[in-house]
Amino acid sequence: MIEEKQITVRKQKIRRNHMKAKLIFFVVLTMLLILTALFARAVCPYDPYEQNLLIAQKPPCPEHLFGTDRYGRDMLSRVLVGSTTSIFSTLLLVAIITILGTGIGIACAWKGGIIDTVLMRISDLFLAFPGLVFALAVAGVLGGGVHNAIIALAVIGWPKFARLARGLTLTQKNAPYMMAAKLSGSSTPKLLLKHVLPNIAGPVLVTSVLDIGTMMMELAGLSFLGLGVKPPMAEWGSMINEGRNMLQTAPWMVLAPGAAIFVTVMIFNLLGDTLRDYMDPKQRNK
Amino acid sequence: MSEPILKAENLKKVFVSGKKSFTAVDDVSFELMRGQCLGIVGESGSGKSTLARMITRLVGTTEGKISLMGRNVTHVKGKELRSMYQEIQMVFQMPVESFDPRRTLGDGIGESLRNMGMSRRETERRVRELLQRCGLEPEFAGRYPHQVSGGQCQRAAIARALAVNPSILICDEATSALDVTVQKQILDLLADLKEKEQLSILMICHDLALVQYFCDEVLVMYQGKIVERGIPDEIIRHPKEEYTRRLVDSVL
Repeated sequence: MIEEKQITVRKQKIRRNHMKAKLIFFVVLTMLLILTALFARAVCPYDPYEQNLLIAQKPPCPEHLFGTDRYGRDMLSRVLVGSTTSIFSTLLLVAIITILGTGIGIACAWKGGIIDTVLMRISDLFLAFPGLVFALAVAGVLGGGVHNAIIALAVIGWPKFARLARGLTLTQKNAPYMMAAKLSGSSTPKLLLKHVLPNIAGPVLVTSVLDIGTMMMELAGLSFLGLGVKPPMAEWGSMINEGRNMLQTAPWMVLAPGAAIFVTVMIFNLLGDTLRDYMDPKQRNK
Repeated sequence: MSEPILKAENLKKVFVSGKKSFTAVDDVSFELMRGQCLGIVGESGSGKSTLARMITRLVGTTEGKISLMGRNVTHVKGKELRSMYQEIQMVFQMPVESFDPRRTLGDGIGESLRNMGMSRRETERRVRELLQRCGLEPEFAGRYPHQVSGGQCQRAAIARALAVNPSILICDEATSALDVTVQKQILDLLADLKEKEQLSILMICHDLALVQYFCDEVLVMYQGKIVERGIPDEIIRHPKEEYTRRLVDSVL
């Protein structure tokens, strides 16, 4: 019996260590991505905006690993510099919708009544719109540009977090420990900060990390449609759009930023998945 | 006897959901003296727990008046309500669930002390002292609720309730989830507190034997109303009401 138990405990430990290693792996990859985005200008081999028509549309070669575009700009440099815009605008967007949505969700669950009904009906309204179409409309009204693209996607992005946070807060609100905390003389802000927030943070965080990938694609999508980043600024979505016409003659112009989006989205998604597995209470050994 | 420490007058609680309404507690009055133990018995759904939550102001009161040491506390809010919790405390039915799963038992026990402005170090010292008083090793302060047994957790919950030195302790089925030996230890602890510190206890439970062993007076609740009250021994031997008779029969 005791031996068996020891074996299970050991197995659990190994599994947990394995999971931890996986998590660290993806965190390191993510950090690399972010570092690249931070220091893109310093690491890129050529000036991403310098045109040189003599070497226009060069296929990948040792001097230009990802080839050059129709103006002779180095694709590798452009992809690297584009990461700054793509990654940071996505992170900013996800941060905005996470904080806004979670705040609204907690407020709804805690206050209940009319506030809850009104805010939730508004969120239903936004959930009912097809995301990209609504973003198109907003970007159309406000004009192009990264800021407006972020605003457009934030407007349709927050209800998801509001719903999630509301549901999670409701279960916490009615938990016996919340009554005990009230009896301990904790004021509402203390209850929210010390008890509600830490207890709902896990699922919210996982959802927001998993959302990074989706949001990155949507931002790139808006840029592709010409509503996000304006040329000549390097951004993956707009770069794909620029290369679209030459897909048959110079496929690397689409492939390079496409691969960048693919890899980045995948890393963020895998990070989210691993984080979810890691935070799952069932995986926690006692 | 002087004036009661806790007085409930004609308490009524109506839950409304949509057009339906349900009266959980109906016209309940009682008085609790210093150092007295009052038992409230009744089957599940008879409104005992709702009554406990009304007295601790965890749910609002529809009608009636609650006085704590002569002060009307039926509708106090905010700071005043929080200061009321230094006099009245409660131990819940589910020991493990009554602690925040993400915080240690020590955090939970010390929460009220920290809220009163006690320093971190002083709180830590007091928490260890409280744990020892409730028969737990001081090391339990660093454990998480899921790492300890129900009985240990319930003792920690009692330690938490006693942290502010309350005058009144409400036990809402506090021992129901525990096995008999642990139950005995906890009751001994409560009896000791009652004796030495003149703690008034409101004991809510469905176990008549326990009430007989522990309480000075007992109220029998049925469908939100008090159907009978008196000395436990007498009630058990000579139940007047039909419902009490059935309750007694079902036990013996």
